[in-house]
Amino acid sequence: MSKQIRLTTPLSSEDVEKLNIGDKVLLNGVLLTGRDAAHKRLSELIEEGKELPVDIKGQVIYFVGPTPAKPGKPIGSAGPTTSYRMDPYSPKLIELGLKGMIGKGNRSQVVIDAMKRFKAVYFGATGGAGALIAKRVKKAEIVAYADLGPEAIRILEVEDFPVTVVNDTKGNDLYQEGIKRYAKV
Amino acid sequence: MIREISNKEIIKVVRDLCIDANYNLGDDVLRAFDRAIEAEESATGREVLNELIENARIAREEKAPICQDCGLAVVFIEVGQDVHITGGDLKEAVNEGVRQGYKDGYLRKSACHPFTRKNTGDNTPAIIHIQIVPGDRMKIVFAPKGGGAENMSRVNMLTPAVGIEGVKDFVANRVKESGSNPCPPTVIGIGVGGTFERSAILAKKAILREIGNRNPDPELAKIEEEILTRINRLGIGPMGYGGNITSLDVFLEIEPCHIASLPVAVNIQCHAARHKEAVI
Repeated sequence: MSKQIRLTTPLSSEDVEKLNIGDKVLLNGVLLTGRDAAHKRLSELIEEGKELPVDIKGQVIYFVGPTPAKPGKPIGSAGPTTSYRMDPYSPKLIELGLKGMIGKGNRSQVVIDAMKRFKAVYFGATGGAGALIAKRVKKAEIVAYADLGPEAIRILEVEDFPVTVVNDTKGNDLYQEGIKRYAKV
Repeated sequence: MIREISNKEIIKVVRDLCIDANYNLGDDVLRAFDRAIEAEESATGREVLNELIENARIAREEKAPICQDCGLAVVFIEVGQDVHITGGDLKEAVNEGVRQGYKDGYLRKSACHPFTRKNTGDNTPAIIHIQIVPGDRMKIVFAPKGGGAENMSRVNMLTPAVGIEGVKDFVANRVKESGSNPCPPTVIGIGVGGTFERSAILAKKAILREIGNRNPDPELAKIEEEILTRINRLGIGPMGYGGNITSLDVFLEIEPCHIASLPVAVNIQCHAARHKEAVI
């Protein structure tokens, strides 16, 4: 448990299958962003059989709604939001080729099963460390749903974006293992 | 003697508090992080705590929000009964202060319609609690409250027979079930007594206490310590990655309640325990 790995997006099934819970990963390349409202819209397009505004194959979605960027900065503070609210939408996106999600907090068994079946991982970023994380974002561009403001879909160019593997492709869960190891009840 | 306070001053004070609270984490929280690093058994947990200290430093130096969730604007106001507010409506002055603070401070606006989810665009209306107190001053406490930890909070009307032990069980189970969601290490506010809504306000007020300060009642102080120990034995740890620091502190406030009731509210506060105050 707990080694440091550098990965560049897009990710393949082979890339994510090598990861284990507790691994520290530094992500490079691009990340997509989206939270509740964007996920709802993507999900509706999938149901209607329509094309998505962004190609999600091999991509990593970061559950984030940043603060407004100050002049001269690519993005404002940008830590993760709580992930369970995306649970109803994530399995379908994973089936369509999404390889990673970044957020904070527990995922449902349905999402964990989908990650195992279609080879995807869930990364945790440090919640509340919005000012720190923003420094790893070099460029941000809105690519869809600009009307959603902080909830719009953005493409972020990132350098050594720090995350921890919480759910791997084998069905393991860092949150459960962590409690098993440290609980004194 | 009546003392006049202009609405313009209130607007300015609230605006500045919004920005100060979101950029500058309190020293009590920073000291609690330092103590937590000493006590945390998990290396991953210590790494998270170090990131939080570094994040607070960057936010302070670069004048950036500590967290992207700049919260709903919760404002507690104590108005001296000898104060006369001039120039306009108090609540509108507070909302205008929030409007200006969230715009000028590049803070995220998170207020929306509950059903359509349409953002109100300026983080108003603020959640304003007003209390009339003796004197001719006005105290304003601004506490931005993030959604992640607020979503894990609960009110329960317990059966009086379960007593203190029932309250302890309810709180510990709430923290356990919340797991990694509310951004641990958390601060736990507990309100016991009053009515349904009163318990929730007591719990919210409790989280405004400085970390490390115990309830002046020795019996209640003992209960706070017992609950904190119990929570930190759950193993959830910083960000839920496992560890023995799940909460930084537990604050309990009580009031008399109905002979048929035992209301208990648990308000969970994430580690970005932000609140600033000013007296006019």
